[in-house]
Amino acid sequence: MPTASARVGHERRFRKRRGPGPGSRRRAPRARCGALTDDAKRELDQRLAAHPRNLQPAVARESDAARILERFVQAAEAADVTVARLSSADAVPEAVAGYLQSHNLPPRLRLSPGAESYPWERVPLVETSRGAARGEDRVALTPALAGVAETGSLVLESGPDKPTALNFLPEHHVVTLRASELVASPEDVWDRLRAAAGGGSLPRTVNLITGPSRTGDIELTIHLGAHGPRALHVLLIEDQG
Amino acid sequence: MAHLDPRDFKANARAALADRQLSDALSRMSAGLVPKRADAVAALPEFDALRDRAREIKDHTLANLDHYLEVFEANCQATGGQVHWCGTADEARSRILEICRAADARTVTKGKSMVGEELHLNPFFERHGITPVETDLGEYIVQLADEVPSHIVAPAIHKTKEQVSDLFERHHGGPRQEEPEAIIGEAREVLRQRFLDADVGITGANYLVAETGSSVIVTNEGNGDLTQILPKVHVVIASIEKIVPTLEDATTILRLLARSATGQPFSAYTTFSTGPKRADDLDGPEAYHVILLDNGRSAMLGTEFQDMLRCIRCGACMNHCPVYQSVGGHAYGTVYVGPMGSVLSPALVGLETTKHLPNASTFCGRCEAVCPMRIPLPRMLRAWRERAHESGQTTVAERRGLRLWAWFARRPALYGPGARLAARALAWLGRDKGRLARLPFAAGWTGGRDLPAPEGRTFQEQWRKDADGIRTGRS
Repeated sequence: MPTASARVGHERRFRKRRGPGPGSRRRAPRARCGALTDDAKRELDQRLAAHPRNLQPAVARESDAARILERFVQAAEAADVTVARLSSADAVPEAVAGYLQSHNLPPRLRLSPGAESYPWERVPLVETSRGAARGEDRVALTPALAGVAETGSLVLESGPDKPTALNFLPEHHVVTLRASELVASPEDVWDRLRAAAGGGSLPRTVNLITGPSRTGDIELTIHLGAHGPRALHVLLIEDQG
Repeated sequence: MAHLDPRDFKANARAALADRQLSDALSRMSAGLVPKRADAVAALPEFDALRDRAREIKDHTLANLDHYLEVFEANCQATGGQVHWCGTADEARSRILEICRAADARTVTKGKSMVGEELHLNPFFERHGITPVETDLGEYIVQLADEVPSHIVAPAIHKTKEQVSDLFERHHGGPRQEEPEAIIGEAREVLRQRFLDADVGITGANYLVAETGSSVIVTNEGNGDLTQILPKVHVVIASIEKIVPTLEDATTILRLLARSATGQPFSAYTTFSTGPKRADDLDGPEAYHVILLDNGRSAMLGTEFQDMLRCIRCGACMNHCPVYQSVGGHAYGTVYVGPMGSVLSPALVGLETTKHLPNASTFCGRCEAVCPMRIPLPRMLRAWRERAHESGQTTVAERRGLRLWAWFARRPALYGPGARLAARALAWLGRDKGRLARLPFAAGWTGGRDLPAPEGRTFQEQWRKDADGIRTGRS
């Protein structure tokens, strides 16, 4: 493997374009400049193409679905997420209505256009609309691509029907997550995203969201709801077994 | 207060030590962040093994930095992003200004970025008629106070709640809020409108991922996300060493970052941004620019300071540093502060103005012990001290003192008896209390603390005795 002292091509690039940089007055060893050999370059490109996993903590290598679910709930709750476990997707409207009521929120909900169609007719008093975020929306519901058990994170990606600002502008963020979409580690998420991209690029934005917005900037005490949502509520749909 | 100079470190430090409000704020920091990190680290059995792996990843990346940067550039361009190679801070500022002018920008929102501080972007924007708005709460407080951050993770760590109440009352026109929730709510409301009004959003990057051409930010407030989603243009300012090869490599370092910085297993928002919004996306920026800033870093490659380029800006070194804990960040007078700053600043702005900083260390080694990237900070501080000495930047008294000591040290026949005499004399002087409150020629040292009195025998005497003991089987 080439060492740093072997070459710094980009340094020459900077020099070539701009003349000596601010660091050039120091005694930088000249001998290390040199081009990458074809073999070395192939090795680096292979590493990029193979993107091998590094050492993962044991918890990130869990494969048992039940333990992944338990770990997710535990890690999410530790990050101040509230989790409601639903036995089916049909239970989503009532669960949302209950959430709005228990938090004294007006019965209005902004839905991500990418959210599945739930039987909203069951809660006729809740007014739903679909679309990108507006300044006045207080509660948004968006679907998660996946949940990460290791960290308790929700994975939300942007797309033609998945506006990102809905994850950040409203005060309350409700996320639907199917238990079958739970994975052990962020590495599992990357594999899924790569498969979905099929050789193309990642979605414009991929958010790993681990709890509501928070700040420690006032005397290092943690307070929730700095700029993003004050509360993050997960509706975990247990569609397995 | 606002803009201190590293050349005045000694005076700055003296003033900081006398500041009661500051020492209250700093003791809160060590009482809060140090045990939080310790708990988070203890909860992950693989932490040390992950540190080893993260060091390998970064060393590999730095050894092939040019290649990975070019791969990043190609992949970023493939998604419609634009990459700007900037050798100097001046160049980066002009590029950013061109981008803002092209977008006809009046207001620019900013997520927290140390490279933004390094570029002194706020005064630059103001000079060019653009209003910069810091959106991280700590940065916003510091901006209102016309100060600079005193910590790389918690910029307003030196401010008490009362000082923030005063600032907000003065700038937002009251009523004065006393409770933290109300203070934060006020900032949320004021900044919400700024997010919606901004023409350009600027964020830093915790990483750039070569494989995907993405930039990554790690935040807790969500301000960095609103900064990049709502305006038409997203500009990422990143220094070249932020690059990692793959998403897997970024993940390994992510496992260390939040634990080391705030004691969280994972920060609230970890966001991967790749190019501008796609044609049919409902929101997101229409243009995505990445400013790749060198500004002295490539000159560190292949030198004894290369390891510093592994730094992920977690702040653990300063949180654990007895010097930082006593004087805070402003005393350093540089953008990067604490142990990592004392190593990085001389490389970025030159040793001439920063020669005191490598001395702002007791060499206790805690910075290296907690560094998630295993950066040998004390070794590099020592290297800067050597350079300062070699280039004649130490004081005449220091150099004469060292020369005198060296003269004796090279003459054992004089040095041995001399040291024995001094050890016995000092032991006799301090015989009552076991310590000395005053000592000729060392008032600078004994002015602040007592010197423990020697036990009466020199190291060499004890060595000779113990070595004899070991040879003859005693002890």
